[in-house]
Amino acid sequence: MKHEELLHRCFRCGWCKMPLNYADFNCPSYLQYRFESFTAGGRMWLIRAWQQGELKAGERLAQILFTCVTCKNCVQTCAMAGIREQLVEIFMAAKGELAEQGLVPPSVRDYLKAMQTHGNPYKRPDAERARWAEGLDLPRYSGQEYLFYVGDEGAFDELGIGMARSVARLLGKAGVDFGILGEAETSDGNDVRAAGEESLARALAENLTGKLNDLGVKKVVTLSPHAFNILKTDYPAWGGVFAVEHWSQVVARRVRALAPAGPSLAVTFHDPCYLGRWQGEYEAPRALLRAVPGLTLLEMPRSRQNALCCGGGGGNFFTDILGHGGDQAARVRVREAAETGAAVLAAACPLCLKMLDDAVKAEGLGDRLAVRDLATLLLAAR
Amino acid sequence: MNDIHDELVRIVGAAYVSRAEEELYIYGRDQGVQPPGRPDYVVLPATTEEVRRIVLLAGENGVPVVPMGGGLVLSGLSVPLKGGIVLDMKRMNRILEVNELSHYCVVEAGTSQGALQAYLARRHPALKHSVPDAPPTATIAGNVAIHGSGHLSQSEGGFHSEMVTGLEVVLPTGEVCRLGSCSTVDKWFSRAPLPDLAGLFLGWNGTTGVITKVGLKLFPSFPLKDVLMFMTEDIDAVPEVISRIVSTEMGEDINFFVTPKPAYFDGFQMTNVHVTARTPREMKLRQALVRESVQPYLDRKEAGFLPLPAHMKGNLLAAPQKSLSEFADIRKGGGFEYVGSIMPVESIPGAYRAGLEIAARNGVTYSMGARVVGRGHAVMFYYAFPFNRADEGEILQVRHALEAANRAALDLGGIPWKTEVAGQRMILARMDPATVALMERLRALLDPHGIMNPGNWEVAP
Repeated sequence: MKHEELLHRCFRCGWCKMPLNYADFNCPSYLQYRFESFTAGGRMWLIRAWQQGELKAGERLAQILFTCVTCKNCVQTCAMAGIREQLVEIFMAAKGELAEQGLVPPSVRDYLKAMQTHGNPYKRPDAERARWAEGLDLPRYSGQEYLFYVGDEGAFDELGIGMARSVARLLGKAGVDFGILGEAETSDGNDVRAAGEESLARALAENLTGKLNDLGVKKVVTLSPHAFNILKTDYPAWGGVFAVEHWSQVVARRVRALAPAGPSLAVTFHDPCYLGRWQGEYEAPRALLRAVPGLTLLEMPRSRQNALCCGGGGGNFFTDILGHGGDQAARVRVREAAETGAAVLAAACPLCLKMLDDAVKAEGLGDRLAVRDLATLLLAAR
Repeated sequence: MNDIHDELVRIVGAAYVSRAEEELYIYGRDQGVQPPGRPDYVVLPATTEEVRRIVLLAGENGVPVVPMGGGLVLSGLSVPLKGGIVLDMKRMNRILEVNELSHYCVVEAGTSQGALQAYLARRHPALKHSVPDAPPTATIAGNVAIHGSGHLSQSEGGFHSEMVTGLEVVLPTGEVCRLGSCSTVDKWFSRAPLPDLAGLFLGWNGTTGVITKVGLKLFPSFPLKDVLMFMTEDIDAVPEVISRIVSTEMGEDINFFVTPKPAYFDGFQMTNVHVTARTPREMKLRQALVRESVQPYLDRKEAGFLPLPAHMKGNLLAAPQKSLSEFADIRKGGGFEYVGSIMPVESIPGAYRAGLEIAARNGVTYSMGARVVGRGHAVMFYYAFPFNRADEGEILQVRHALEAANRAALDLGGIPWKTEVAGQRMILARMDPATVALMERLRALLDPHGIMNPGNWEVAP
């Protein structure tokens, strides 16, 4: 298995469970299950035992591995240099090994099947991929400075569509020259890779890369931090020759000051893992929020590199393998957001948006806390 | 056994009971070099009542119960030696009370050191607790149950068990008992003036009951902190150096250490003095008094204070120090275990020489050091040996080195701390027979079914 030589070097000291400021447990799957086996250290020891033949792989091991949502909290906090950088890569490789052996949990199998056969987890035809843009009069990409890539969630998820439309409007108002792919868009493959299916992810990536290269795209601006991550980090090795930015970065460079959003508004911001811990961008969304007069930004105890994941990564947004209940990461997160006293929890990722919106409903916090996508929030201020 | 499993599910819910091979594997071993055990069940209780029902169930069926906090003891104390239920206490993690005026807090047993530290920093920044040199996931109750120590042990009264102001425990027979002032009034401020029954559970490594709540002393948290590193090549001078510095009462934490790596430390003995203060003026005064206390050594040019680069100072001032966990990987093998030994300050030179000899004889590398506990009343001396987890031969070498270190500690007048079963037997073999008999009588009285962490602290295996 890839990185097998590192497995024995995990001390299982437990730093991986907490954020850098120790505010609370910060590993979504450990928060949910609470067995040591569901920590990064537990996974390292179990993978080693499995690889050495001390443990037979089965449903429980699959559950333990696939509930890693690839949030990278462990990478941030692990004490061991030389190991920590590879932790999530090891877990993804182990998921891939399980998949090779046919030991993938049913919901993950269904997700991957949908990706294989339909090209998206919603099982929708590509012909519907442009519906999100209906009425916006957006040009197809034809050499503009940027290609705006919305991905599966921007094309098919109700909240994601709303966010994509707001971002498109915001890009336009900010004077960004961009076009879209519309029906020609295909999946970026980030979450497929996170679910351990490297070869399928690569196939999706090569397909998309081919299209973008053929069109001569030089710059991509993404709706989702997930797409931002794989396009920026992995696509160059798979033939991508374009620069990639998240929409918040592009807009933050262009926005000087916005009009008041109305009466004073207290907002807290949820850092998406693939924007923050994966790509190191914490400032652009905050710069945008700070540009709104009358808006007060309240930070949660776990923010920036300490942010608690919403639980939607690693494919869990589609597979739901992490499960439900009061210890679900998104529910813990919205309780934390509500405790700041903020009236709005802002999200910059369509997956986080949906996870947190559902969690507010499940927690019955709707009268105190509204989940809003950052772009829509900013549009209201213009 | 199915009946027991079903009953455990009824008590805590199916999500929090496991007998899957994966959990039995993880909870059957710790990070050190002791041989693995095998639990029958891993159970995660959320309330004292659930603990009570689990213990009753175990007692009725003669099933061992092994309480576990952070699971970071390294010497196998929470590894089930005779099977049974591992009780992972970390779902019981509520911080129940912080009394700002009487300087104590009350926490559930599974509360982590890190969570309490963060909570106090956020909500009660004028207060702090004594943090051990363990990862932040170590628990408050686990640390007091093993007589742990930490960064305030020198200045604020000793071992963490001495900082306990009250306990709630579930007895092996199922009764829930409060000890200290909380047994009589609704305040957790003191164990005095009542008969100190908390001692029946502190330092017993979970062999007499399950701690479910802890009252813990808090201390003032000052905004300024610094560390001075005193270096000498004369190990025989170290006890006096420590005594002089301790006597200034200016140091918050005082630690002696030696390490062959990095090479520029080899051959030196370092004593770190942590100083905290409210104002820069106070800081200067405190530092000056510490320096003055060892002036004769400086005048004779036998020793000096090492100027510390910012990154090293930052590492040393961190509580807990992450760099201590990094020690586990200096062999690129992810493992270390240590013998901690409570001993008098004057034993340091002998302990140091014995450590060098043990490391050389067993062909292992080492780190050694000591934290001053109380006003120089004792030190917690440690011999730490890293190992490569993938090398069975090296694991065996370290196991032998640890046994030798336990023996050396006892020979030097020390008592091995949180020691594995082999070390416990060494202690019991040298202990006053009347004390051993008293321990056995107390344990039999408290735990008539012999269910609490069996295999530990037993005269006859």
